[in-house]
Amino acid sequence: MAATADVPQEPRSLRRMQSGRGLVNRALRWLRANLFSSVANSLTTLVLLALLIKGLAGLAQWGIWDAVWDTSGNDSSACRAVRGVGACWAVIPEKYRFILFGTYPFEQQWRPALAVVVFIALFYLSTRRFFWRRELVYLWMAALILIGVLMWGGVLGLPFVSQERWGGLPVTLILATFGLAFGFPLGIFVALGRRSRLPAIRSLCVLYVELIRGVPLISLLFMASVMFPLFMPGGFNLDKLLRAQIAIVLFAGAYLAEVIRGGLQAVPRGQHEAADALGLSYWRKNRLIILPQAIRHVIPPLVNTFIAFFKDTSLVLIIGIFDLLTTAKTAIIDPVWQQFSVEVYLFVATIYFAFCFAMSRFSRRLESQATPRN
Amino acid sequence: MTIATDRPPPRKRLRLSLGSREFAGLIWQILVVAIAVAVIIWLWSNTVHNLSARRISTGFAFLSREAGMPIADTWLAYSPKDTYLWAFVVGVTNTLRVAAIGIVLATILGTMIGIARLSANWLLSRLAAVYVEVLRDIPLLLQLLFWYVLMQGLPPARTAWKPVDGVFLSNRGLVLPSIPIGTAQLWVLGAAGLGLLVSYAVRRHLIARQMQDGKPRHVWPYALPLIVLLPALVSWHLGASWTITWPELRGFNFAGGLTLAPEYFALLIALVTYTSAFIAEIVRSGIQAVPRGQWDAAIALGLRRSFMLRHIVLPQALRVIVPPLTSQYLNLTKNSSLAVAIGYQDIVSVANTTLNQTGQAIEAIALIMAVFLTISLSISFFMNWYNARIALVER
Repeated sequence: MAATADVPQEPRSLRRMQSGRGLVNRALRWLRANLFSSVANSLTTLVLLALLIKGLAGLAQWGIWDAVWDTSGNDSSACRAVRGVGACWAVIPEKYRFILFGTYPFEQQWRPALAVVVFIALFYLSTRRFFWRRELVYLWMAALILIGVLMWGGVLGLPFVSQERWGGLPVTLILATFGLAFGFPLGIFVALGRRSRLPAIRSLCVLYVELIRGVPLISLLFMASVMFPLFMPGGFNLDKLLRAQIAIVLFAGAYLAEVIRGGLQAVPRGQHEAADALGLSYWRKNRLIILPQAIRHVIPPLVNTFIAFFKDTSLVLIIGIFDLLTTAKTAIIDPVWQQFSVEVYLFVATIYFAFCFAMSRFSRRLESQATPRN
Repeated sequence: MTIATDRPPPRKRLRLSLGSREFAGLIWQILVVAIAVAVIIWLWSNTVHNLSARRISTGFAFLSREAGMPIADTWLAYSPKDTYLWAFVVGVTNTLRVAAIGIVLATILGTMIGIARLSANWLLSRLAAVYVEVLRDIPLLLQLLFWYVLMQGLPPARTAWKPVDGVFLSNRGLVLPSIPIGTAQLWVLGAAGLGLLVSYAVRRHLIARQMQDGKPRHVWPYALPLIVLLPALVSWHLGASWTITWPELRGFNFAGGLTLAPEYFALLIALVTYTSAFIAEIVRSGIQAVPRGQWDAAIALGLRRSFMLRHIVLPQALRVIVPPLTSQYLNLTKNSSLAVAIGYQDIVSVANTTLNQTGQAIEAIALIMAVFLTISLSISFFMNWYNARIALVER
């Protein structure tokens, strides 16, 4: 009974088409079922199709046919001629080195480029189920050290490059990845603390989580950039990038703690009791029994949180740190190219989109593996 | 036979042995609290020392000084001669103005897209999916800058776009026809609000009576006079006028009508489109969470489609939708702080300017945090109340 309710009533003409074996018939049948199943549906399809074609045609006209792809040198006169009609993609080849790597010494820019490749490889390996074991932690440590060596230099014959000159995509990746690498353990401790039976520890953790989650990230970044020097003993100060990184770690820790807490709640009571019965200590119990199960439960929401962080690192623009978005915004201060910020923003948006889309696909795949759909 | 004893169960005694769990717990707590307190004292003493070294006075005395900062786009009367305190109040109203309208619009748009995502029409559901995926995977700040740049690229006021009569879109922002709201009009709106509240109470009362005797009662004989006649009476009594003022071009700018400044309009568009993508996913999963059997049962009972949606599907879907929706509302409110990047003067932007002018960093940031914590807590209290109201009551 329930099974038949799912089968849509097919009109006779549709059934006749079903008998045909050809590809055309199958396509027609699909069209009929999915786009023209009723009068209202057909109308919707036609209106949407008209709008879509008009929109895409306009976009293609602007972005492809009327666009300027190349100009000679630092000259935007060809772009100015088509302003408002066509896109000026010529700004991208002119500025992409600055957008991607900021003010990093030009002839050394293979180093941040290589660091980006290491980051991507690290992310890719972390998504493989095969690597979900303890060795992943060592892999992360090794990769992060390698990235540090590449970016700073000063050893192995690489000239030293100070943090003030870093910029662009590597900075975005560093802020996101280190925020994650330090925020994750912090989140675990806070999540455990929030579920602890010790009232003082529990209330400290609740206070921390609610305080951080109640305020916007910008206010934390302001705090890091303006108030941090006041907090430290006289004369002692940290680099601006590091201060922003600390704010992002604190921020990430609070949000990750809430996600992990959800996972902890999903671990059945019997697991705790069994671990206690075996006489395991609190830390061994959590490390060996509870946390592996808890984290496995919440991998999809964890990935979603990572996506949110990756995007949120762009907020450091407001305190003047040269991440990918800031370099893009700085690149178009150049009066020659000032009018073509839309093109530059689209270019940067594509980079952000590529990273986030990959992560969101991964999260979607995990979810569909966790709940097989019939 | 069992004999009831009055003796209390033996009290647990704190055993001071290193192996006991209570003792270990106590030690841990003392340790953690001591570290936390020590860190706070250390930071505090550093701060006090630094402040005195830099000759910065602490406290909120600066709030009564003249602010001297211009705020372009406000609903409240403000001039740079006003105090910092008033500048902060104006900033808070600007934050609330964009957050409240943003929440309403994002909910409407998000619901529409979430339903479109479930449409039987393949094209519509794919387009909705693309919308969600693209907007979710690009940082909000980037989208905000993008919209702002587009806004600045619009034609000047003289050659403004006119999508509909009386609506102008130019680099001065969006200009709409409006009805001027004065004291009289506010009284009328207040009367309508009061009528709505009373009608709601009447409706609850009528439903409670129906629960007792089973007779359905209509609410409109009470609601109609309360919501329509009462405000109309007030309006007639006060002689409030409800003429629409149409914007018109005078010189280089518009006169009359309601102007949404480009900064406000860009922020609103960015917040609404970005948040609506998240709300769409929440609405979609909420509707999908209603078991198929509930639809089947409603169809088998022969219920009308509208009745079925209103009384069977929606109440169950809302139970899944409301908690994540709350956090989206909170996110939108917190994200409105990105306004500082395009120069819309919300609370963060005002505090930032104050900080630069006076050097009162701690106070300015404390004010930002206090404002956002208050807003966050109020929204979550309201939503928890609402959530408890619609929660499943099992017998």
